[in-house]
Amino acid sequence: MITKKVNNVTEALVGLTDGMTVMLGGFGLSGLPENSIAEMVRLKVKDLTCISNNAGVDDFGLGLLLHQRQIKKMISSYVGENAEFERQMLSGELEVELTPQGTLAEKCRAAQAGIPAFFTPAGYGTEVAEGKEVREFNGKKYILEEAYKADFAIVKAWKGDEAGNLVFRGTSRNFNACMAGAGKITIAEVEELVPVGTLDPNHIHIPGIYVKRIFQGERYEKRIEQRTVRKRDI
Amino acid sequence: MALDKNGIAKRIAQEVQDGFYVNLGIGIPTLVANYVPEGLNVEFQSENGVLGMGPFPFEGEEDADIINAGKQTITTMPGASFFDSAMSFGMIRSQHVDLTILGAMEVSENGDIANWKIPGKMVKGMGGAMDLVASAENIIVAMMHVNKAGESKILKRCTLPLTGVGCVKKVVTELALMEITAAGFKLLERAPGVTVEEIVAATEANLIIDGPIPEMNLN
Repeated sequence: MITKKVNNVTEALVGLTDGMTVMLGGFGLSGLPENSIAEMVRLKVKDLTCISNNAGVDDFGLGLLLHQRQIKKMISSYVGENAEFERQMLSGELEVELTPQGTLAEKCRAAQAGIPAFFTPAGYGTEVAEGKEVREFNGKKYILEEAYKADFAIVKAWKGDEAGNLVFRGTSRNFNACMAGAGKITIAEVEELVPVGTLDPNHIHIPGIYVKRIFQGERYEKRIEQRTVRKRDI
Repeated sequence: MALDKNGIAKRIAQEVQDGFYVNLGIGIPTLVANYVPEGLNVEFQSENGVLGMGPFPFEGEEDADIINAGKQTITTMPGASFFDSAMSFGMIRSQHVDLTILGAMEVSENGDIANWKIPGKMVKGMGGAMDLVASAENIIVAMMHVNKAGESKILKRCTLPLTGVGCVKKVVTELALMEITAAGFKLLERAPGVTVEEIVAATEANLIIDGPIPEMNLN
């Protein structure tokens, strides 16, 4: 067995330095690699280009990196809910590249799958298409989008084993499963790291070949962004 | 009387058919789920990676791992499934989702939609809207007919940056149900108590009015 286990988040993030491009999984605050983000805050790595669907909120997720001005460029599909982000964007301190969500996911998946580029209809006829090649297939127009190139991909899973196999839970799978293996080095942090042989091979979502380093996160807050509930019938 | 948001949602719910997979946007579209007639088998897709979305959880049962595209805590129905973001937009692009219902700032008579950006104001991003409108075959827009300044949002041409081109099929507002045809907006139904003249006055685009226009039946 090839083991991917490292002892802690510090070992996992070795080699992550200023100016790198980093993919981070998660949708909103769900499925965020919380422990790795905390370590990036501690390391104070800066001038990062971050590829992540959202930019966190002011005091959680990528908002923590923004707060310390560690991010030079943000590539996302939706960046509301964050006042510090807005301030940095409007003042020109932060470069922002807005990308349709499905295109963002596919640019990750393409990198994971060794596909350099693909055609998608999303954004055709809009400012997203500016400067991009347009091609018609079966009477419909598509634009050419390229796979991302990232130094690190940092994902979060529910369970993992020492071989790097990952299992996700609920909608926290989101971009985590698309980003695993999409960077030169993929780090997976998991809520529970189990011995090899514990996970049923039939139920693995991401095979360990895509993961370079895996560790069990020390602590998960798993914050909820919009707590919506209904009343019980009496 | 012009419809309220629930009235708009109620009318759109009548467009949902048995066996449909439906993606609901944030705002009025979310309300549509409350009015789908009983007995129809419908599954709601949320583009962050779930099919078979159910109602909000009971208090104390919220789960940070189970949310919708509006980042709200949700539940799942029997037969639900989870998947990653690439697969989620894969099923949208490949037109396995039968109906997309979303909001808009402007719609034009050739079916263009603008709903993500107002120049000079904070831009939050398009999220999944561009992927949805570029791919879905059946797109219904839920929106208000005029903006807060009283200006029509049903236009000959959109003035705001576009989200997608030539894609909207129907529009339901507080005043009317309109279909987008090759010749432009066709008025199909009036909100209860609203006259054709009132709808025409609130519409900047040309309206095709073919014979008497029936009132919506919201019962």
